[in-house]
Amino acid sequence: MDMVRKIAIPLTAIAVFLLLWEWLVWFNQWPNYKMASPSDLWPAFWKFKGLFLSYGWDTLWRTVAGLMIAIVVGTGFGMLMGFSKIMREGLYPLLVGFNAIPKATLVPVIALMFIGADDMNTVLMAFLISFFPIAVSVSIGLSTLEPEYRDILKSLGASRFVIFKKIALPKTLPEFFGALKVAVTLAFIGTNLVEIIEPHGKGLGFLFDSGKISADYPLMFAVLIALAFLGIVLYYIVVVLEKIFAGWAERAET
Amino acid sequence: MALENQIEIKGVTHAYQTDEGPLPVLEDLNISVPLNSFVAVVGPSGCGKSTLTRLIAGLMMPDEGEVRLHGEIIKSPKSTVGMAFQNPVLLEWRSILKNVLLPLEIVPNKLTSKERIERAMSLLSLVGLEGVEDKRPSELSGGMRQRASLCRALVHRPEVLILDEPFGALDAFTREDLWQIMHALRKEEAFTTLMITHDLRESVFLADQGVVLSGRPATAQYTLDVDLGHERTLEDLYTDQSVTMLAKLRREIQIAQGRSEKTEERS
Repeated sequence: MDMVRKIAIPLTAIAVFLLLWEWLVWFNQWPNYKMASPSDLWPAFWKFKGLFLSYGWDTLWRTVAGLMIAIVVGTGFGMLMGFSKIMREGLYPLLVGFNAIPKATLVPVIALMFIGADDMNTVLMAFLISFFPIAVSVSIGLSTLEPEYRDILKSLGASRFVIFKKIALPKTLPEFFGALKVAVTLAFIGTNLVEIIEPHGKGLGFLFDSGKISADYPLMFAVLIALAFLGIVLYYIVVVLEKIFAGWAERAET
Repeated sequence: MALENQIEIKGVTHAYQTDEGPLPVLEDLNISVPLNSFVAVVGPSGCGKSTLTRLIAGLMMPDEGEVRLHGEIIKSPKSTVGMAFQNPVLLEWRSILKNVLLPLEIVPNKLTSKERIERAMSLLSLVGLEGVEDKRPSELSGGMRQRASLCRALVHRPEVLILDEPFGALDAFTREDLWQIMHALRKEEAFTTLMITHDLRESVFLADQGVVLSGRPATAQYTLDVDLGHERTLEDLYTDQSVTMLAKLRREIQIAQGRSEKTEERS
C-alpha cells in the first residue's frame, strides 16, 4: 500500500501535468513555434533517439565528474572553514564573492583560457557552480558541533582524527546531503551553460542549440524534458544515498 | 588505606582570559573525594562549577594548584574517567547499544566484541533500558536518554565519574527515578563520583558529602557530611535529620550568593 502510494501519486501528478500542458496548448491553439505540446515530443525523441543517447551521456558524465570534484573540493574547504576560525574569516568573503559572479560570464573566460579542452571546461564549470553550497554546509555542520560531544571523546583520550571520524563526520552528513541535492541541480546548470554558450558538438545543451538554429521547437522542448529526466535521476540517487548514510536524521512520523 | 582520596583538588586557582582582562573563576579551591564515595558540589550559578569538571577530566589545566586522580597529577585526559552532562549528548546516528559501546572503542581494552556487548547490556538492564538497545536516541524519552548517557559514562569501568548537572533538565518525578538508579549503579559498580548540581535535595539524597562553593571566584565555603547510610529511600528526604541538612545547605548557599552579589557590586 505504502509502495503503491509512493509510486502512484508522483506518476499521477506527472500525468496530470502533461494533460494540463497538452490542453493549454490545444485550448490556445498555440503553434509549435510558440509552445510545443507533449504529443509533439515523442516524435522528436524518436527521430533523434541516437543523438539523445550519446549527447545525454556527454552531459551526464561531465555533470557527475564536476560534481565529484565539487564534493572533494567543497568538503575540503568546508573542513578548513569548519575547524579553523582564521580560515573561516579569511575564506568566507572570497567564496561568497566568487559565488556571486553569474557563472554564465565565466564560460567565455574559461573557454579562452583552455581553448579546445571542451570536456575539461565543461567539467570545470559544473564543479565551479556547485561546490559552494557543499563548502558552506560542511563548514556550518562542523563549526556548530556542540562542545560536549567533543568533550565526551576528548576526556577518554581520543585523538582529533578519532573525534572527526566518530562524531564530526557522521554529524555533518545530513547537512552535506542537503547541500548535495542543491549541488546536483547546479552542476547540471553548469554543464549546460558551457554546452549552450560555447557549443562544441557535445551534450544535450548542443542539441538544444541545434534545435534553436533549425527552428525545431519540439526538439528544444524534448531536450528540456530529457534534462529534467537526468536531473531527477541524479537527485534521487542522492536521496537514496542520503537514506543509507544519514537516514537516522529523519524522525519517524508519529 | 580505607580513607585514601581518589580525587584530590589542592589549591586550585583558575582564571579565564577575556577582553577585559583575566576573569578569576576558582580561587584556592580544595576538595577531596575519598575512594568510592560521592561528593555533590553546589553553589550559585556561574561560580565556575563546570570549570571544575573540565579540570578533573583533564580537558583544561589549572593556572595554579593541582588536580590528582588516584595520587597522580592530571596533565591530560585519562581514560579512567567517565563523564555525563545535563545534555545527554548521545550520537543520534547510533543505536542506544552502540552509544553505550562508544568508550570501549576508544579506551584501550582487551575485551572481545561479544564481551563488550555483554558489558553494555548488563549496564543497560541495570538502569532499566533492556529492550530498547536497538532504538535510536530520538525514539527515547529524556529520562531514558539520560540513563543511556550514564551507562556510556560507566561502560569502561572508570575509577572516577564526573556528573555535571546530569538530571537538571528532567521533570521532578523522572529525576527521582534517576536518583534511585544512581544508587543502584553505585551498589553494583565501584567508582568515585563528583557531581555538580543545583538541586539540594539531590545532593542530600545521593551524596556522602556536600560541598558548597562560594560565589566567583569560587572556593569551598562549607562541607556537609550526609550521614544517611547507603540504603536510602525517598522518604528519608523528609526526616527531621534531612530537613535540617537541607536548611543548612540552603543557608550556606544564600551566604555564598550574598558574597557573589557583593563582588559584582564592587566590579
